[in-house]
Amino acid sequence: MGVSDTPTLDKHLSRQQETRTPVVAKNKDLLILTYGALVAQLCKDYEKEEDVNKYLDKMGYGIGTRLVEDFLARSSLRRCHSYSEVTHIIAEVAFKMYLGVTPSVTCKNSSRNEFSLILDKTPLSEFVEMLPAGRSSLCYCSLLCGIIRGALEMVHLAADVTFLQDKLKGDSVTEIGITFLKQPEEKKYRWKQ
Amino acid sequence: MADTVLFEFLHTEMVAELWAPDPDPGPGGQKTSLTVLESMGFRVGQTLGERLPQETLGFREELDVLRFLCKDLWVAVFHKQMDSLRTNHQGTYVLQDNSFRLLIPMASGLQYVEEAPKFLAFTCGLLCGTLHTLGFQSLVTAFVTALPACKFQVVIQKP
Repeated sequence: MGVSDTPTLDKHLSRQQETRTPVVAKNKDLLILTYGALVAQLCKDYEKEEDVNKYLDKMGYGIGTRLVEDFLARSSLRRCHSYSEVTHIIAEVAFKMYLGVTPSVTCKNSSRNEFSLILDKTPLSEFVEMLPAGRSSLCYCSLLCGIIRGALEMVHLAADVTFLQDKLKGDSVTEIGITFLKQPEEKKYRWKQ
Repeated sequence: MADTVLFEFLHTEMVAELWAPDPDPGPGGQKTSLTVLESMGFRVGQTLGERLPQETLGFREELDVLRFLCKDLWVAVFHKQMDSLRTNHQGTYVLQDNSFRLLIPMASGLQYVEEAPKFLAFTCGLLCGTLHTLGFQSLVTAFVTALPACKFQVVIQKP
């Protein structure tokens, strides 16, 4: 490579400049910027927003199936006994842990298997002012829906997860809907922790 | 920190879905264009560079810039400093990280060494993009001999 071994430079590297101001973007910026670059790349690769949304959801699913193990390892949770508990944990523990935000939870039906997570702003979109022209049906955070869906499936809970409202599209809040697909009684014996 | 974990998972998924082999090299074996992952990293590096405090943008010397990458940028992004920086004083720098965060979950030692470059493409682009914002054109390539250690070779292009 023609590069000399210069130990003096390693010394330069280790010499601290205590007066230097602490730097740069927090790691959260890295996540948000990377996600933005990903969405931009997919918008280049796919003409239709539905395809971008689907691809993001698929990638999110892959992440969710692995993220859930990380989540369970970090949080010593007791067994959940209802969909409501599960949803509250997603909102109050998982979202808080990974995204630093806590959505509020509402239950949408009397059979208590449809829930919504309500957020003041769309996560991961802090640097997005508006959706690109001609991309009005892009669900910028489809990745999150996929993550939730993948994670739930790994704990044997089938669910549909979609964006119901999106602040990026002009709605007053961002709302993620989670619909659990099987009755609680059937699931009672299949919980694994 | 949990939010770094989410970036790592996202990065892994991006590698799985978006990695493609290098495009055909141009005459003389030089890379002629960035791969998809590198160009995404470039874009992120550029923006990270733009968000730097104003005083850091007044670097005069190449070496100061490289030291900045090794210390401040690496700490901000990977929560540790680069382990060593070497140069031939002619525009080529080798940055070595003995436990690169994105390689740690993969393996330790010689297993998966052939796969490792995929996990470095984004970061090569990131370095290149940050350098670009700081006023330097560069070519960044990565080498792995044994996980999780890797080296990034930065060649500053003269105008």
